[in-house]
Amino acid sequence: MKAFIRGIGIVSPQHTGNGKRLPDAPVDYANNFLTCIEPDYSQWLNPQQLRRMSRVVKMGTSSALMALADASVEKPDAVITGTGYGCLEDTGTFLTKISELNEEALNPTPFMQSTHNTIGSQVALLLQCRGYNQTFAHGAFSFEQALLDTLMLLEENPDQHILTGGIDERTQASHAIQSRFNKYRNNSPGTLSLFNTPAKGTVAGEGAAYFVLSGAPGNHAKAMINAVQTFSTAFADVAETRIREFLQHNNINPDDVDVILTGKSGDMEGDNQIEATLASVFQNSSVGVFKHLCGEYCSASSFALWLGAMMLERQEIPEIVLQKNVHRPMRTILIYNVYFRNHHALILLRSCHPTKN
Amino acid sequence: MKWSAPVHVAGSGIISSIGNTYDECLQALRESKHGIRALTSLASVHKQKLPVGEVNLTHAELAARAELKKPVTRTAMLGLLAAREALKNSGLKENSRWRKGLVSSTTVGGMDRSEIFFPAYLNDSSSGNLADVIHHGCGATTDIIAQHLGLDDFNATINTACSSSANAIIYGARLIRHGLLDVVVAGGTDALTKFTINGFKSLMILDDEPCRPFDAARKGLNLGEGAGYVVLVSDKVLNEEGLQPKALVSGFANTNDAYHQTASSPEGRGSYEAMEKTLAMANLKPEQISYINLHGTGTANNDLSEGTAVKRLFADKLPPVSSTKAFTGHTLGASGGIEAVFSIMAITHQCVFPNLRFQSPIPEINIHPQQHFEERTIQHVMSNSFGFGGSCSSIIFSKTPLTR
Repeated sequence: MKAFIRGIGIVSPQHTGNGKRLPDAPVDYANNFLTCIEPDYSQWLNPQQLRRMSRVVKMGTSSALMALADASVEKPDAVITGTGYGCLEDTGTFLTKISELNEEALNPTPFMQSTHNTIGSQVALLLQCRGYNQTFAHGAFSFEQALLDTLMLLEENPDQHILTGGIDERTQASHAIQSRFNKYRNNSPGTLSLFNTPAKGTVAGEGAAYFVLSGAPGNHAKAMINAVQTFSTAFADVAETRIREFLQHNNINPDDVDVILTGKSGDMEGDNQIEATLASVFQNSSVGVFKHLCGEYCSASSFALWLGAMMLERQEIPEIVLQKNVHRPMRTILIYNVYFRNHHALILLRSCHPTKN
Repeated sequence: MKWSAPVHVAGSGIISSIGNTYDECLQALRESKHGIRALTSLASVHKQKLPVGEVNLTHAELAARAELKKPVTRTAMLGLLAAREALKNSGLKENSRWRKGLVSSTTVGGMDRSEIFFPAYLNDSSSGNLADVIHHGCGATTDIIAQHLGLDDFNATINTACSSSANAIIYGARLIRHGLLDVVVAGGTDALTKFTINGFKSLMILDDEPCRPFDAARKGLNLGEGAGYVVLVSDKVLNEEGLQPKALVSGFANTNDAYHQTASSPEGRGSYEAMEKTLAMANLKPEQISYINLHGTGTANNDLSEGTAVKRLFADKLPPVSSTKAFTGHTLGASGGIEAVFSIMAITHQCVFPNLRFQSPIPEINIHPQQHFEERTIQHVMSNSFGFGGSCSSIIFSKTPLTR
């Protein structure tokens, strides 16, 4: 299976506006959450459209349009979206109004836009794209499921261009409720120091990233996705076995993985488990991290995919990402995301340019 | 042709307002006994007033039936019961060596419990029982069902609003065709919630009487709840396990109307394209379809739009058509699964189901849906599922020489 990344659009808590690289001066957040730096949406959406859209829909549609422009594709053949919690702001608004107004005289707009497929549907509506439209809503695996669906579609028809994205928003209510499960750090010294100060808990994040994927490389493909796999386990030894099986299945030796981009979250216990796997399987790979840049959220692996594709295209690992460097050209990056210890996801990413040894 | 390996339906399971099992639902369809009654289960201002298709079991009764020590979300319990029945009905042995998965849909997920939590939380942000929100996400519903049925190695959740579980069946069939899985339990589940009842109420598309799909005087839909799942298997599983196929998944398509967030285009361009592509994939002509299970919600917009598309595609070759939502109500993320089970029933029992409460045709399209339960020769059944966001999906289930 293969999908060439032909274009990327991203809205994240960093100044990733042009989508081309990670800025030299990343943004540090003093709280235990990171918030997307929203672009000037008027480049893509008119005031009438903007007025009707919630924040997550604006982030999603604008990143989708950015990705298409980046790939010079006018209209994709399919739109596939992964979102763990969907349109939380509108869901919260409608729940609040039901309670406040005792189920009387409710405004339907937040309800209409609360369904998870609002983002993908609005993209289809803006582009008048009447092809396949799918939304996966399976917690931390939503984006991976969208990728797997894409890989299957491209195997069926390699010439197609599929617009595939991962989007989740953090709202005040979602943060307040998630915080009560003790998921986040109480005292954050600043999100960029997430990995310098071992502690319990992580920091919350959010983001939107869409990718134009095709079975054909075209002239400017950034990287190639070869495989995706998810599994659930709380045990490091099971995780290790599953990772080894995944590599074997894809005919890859662990030493062929030039960089492993891990979903370490700053949570000490969780990160120790990942460390154990790195020590036993990936002794000869460079190691990168990304959640101090985007925070923890269901579709955070879409941020990692953007980062990994940039690294392969530019053949450089941003200093802020690097935890260990084996100093060799990058042909293969393995994204190993872990969401709150139980949810593990692997995305195999390869260079589609010749690299110097 | 590549990616066209046969995908068989080996079993199906259902729970809805007309019955807690496959047999009970079939019996109700035979006797034209609908399940639309005044709401009882929710603490809502609409209780004892609004007609809905409610499953006739309390949370505790559902938990007992599902063999759970204590109730989880109603959505998960409904899903677990129907998915378990589907597996049992398939005859697949529990510990078989096949690569199995669950593709499940839901639009509300654990909302039935989240909406109990939320008012307390609004009043005081440190208040509300956290156990009530822990399964809020749609994926949590799938995880619960998968864990109880030993399907947790591969599972996926789809939420494309009211077409969700048709898309789950389509995705499941594709996973088998690509050789990624051998057995997929696919379908959907949704419980009634204040969130959806008030949502559809605010859109002013709820009928305050039992709904009348495809009738000229239709006034809107009734919401319902339930779950419907099918067990999809490859040729290899079918043969090596000696399973009895109930039907073949012979065609499917997913398109987008790209017209409006909640309304369908007047000409039903998305639904037309979904049906047309499904026929093409199944290599069938319109006149070869024996029965169409319509989406037929009972709203002015859906039925006219869908009817216009059906009329344009089938013209004077229209087979018997009916919306079974007059029986069950619109079960949202479960409807595609429930109606897939009805489509398979039509093939297994060689029959078509009535479109209850129909009196006079919509003048613009003049479609007279099937009015009585009737035994007749059924070869190919088309099932339509459409949803918010312009989501349009169609599936054709076919009788095969192997079908018994």
